[in-house]
Amino acid sequence: MLALNYYLIVAAILFAIGTVGVLTRRNAIVIFMSIELMLNAVNLTFVAFSRYLGNIDGQIFVFFVMTVAACEAAVGLALMIAFYKNRESIDVEEMNLMKW
Amino acid sequence: MLESLFFFTVAAIAIISGILVVTCKNPINSALSLVVTFFCLAIFYVMLDAPFLAAVQIMVYAGAIMVLIIFVIMLLNIQAETGKRTVHAMVTGCIIAFLILCETGWLLTSGAISKSRGPMDQALILKAGHTELIGTAMFGDFLLPFEITSLLLLTAIIGAVVLAKKKV
Repeated sequence: MLALNYYLIVAAILFAIGTVGVLTRRNAIVIFMSIELMLNAVNLTFVAFSRYLGNIDGQIFVFFVMTVAACEAAVGLALMIAFYKNRESIDVEEMNLMKW
Repeated sequence: MLESLFFFTVAAIAIISGILVVTCKNPINSALSLVVTFFCLAIFYVMLDAPFLAAVQIMVYAGAIMVLIIFVIMLLNIQAETGKRTVHAMVTGCIIAFLILCETGWLLTSGAISKSRGPMDQALILKAGHTELIGTAMFGDFLLPFEITSLLLLTAIIGAVVLAKKKV
């Protein structure tokens, strides 16, 4: 079996890529997808540690992360549709209603 | 040897498609690259002796969630991003992400595993089956969190219906 560090480094790189996406993109859906990428990087870490420590608990946590991601997808996309109805755009620069 | 070669190929595909998710101008291309990343992660789960999780990853992520995202992209007819891209946001974002990468890389590789190993190993997985191990843990130790998850899903359903209805 491969060393644990390989999986952890891949997960860290994917997490950093997701961070770049969240910080630099202006399209709300792409930001959303970057967050999914970060969640998946964390899932990979959970599964790798679970396998190498011989403990199933990490994989159960992956299930809960997936549930939260599914809820987030439903609510987040509903929010985007509601925002698009008002502004005809999902550019995050235009989300300034609560800015002062 | 063969395993590490396979691992590096899949890791390269995962990272390249991850970069494409962030850099593609058209959201549909980003979404399809994200599906490729999810499949690569499913392959990693198989390599980590978690076949049930790999199936769930493909069904829930590459199936349900990505269909929902692509559906919304096409419903709203979102075009590729146009206009100026802010340079300072790009530079700051890349610097912050690089710092996060250094920090996580350092944290993940510097420590040593001190706790004793648990009972799960390849022989047990092959004997009992991965699905059964997960099911036993999920409906045993984690029964209460599992039930609370249903509440979370109910909240998400109600929230989605309320937010996306005609008048907000």
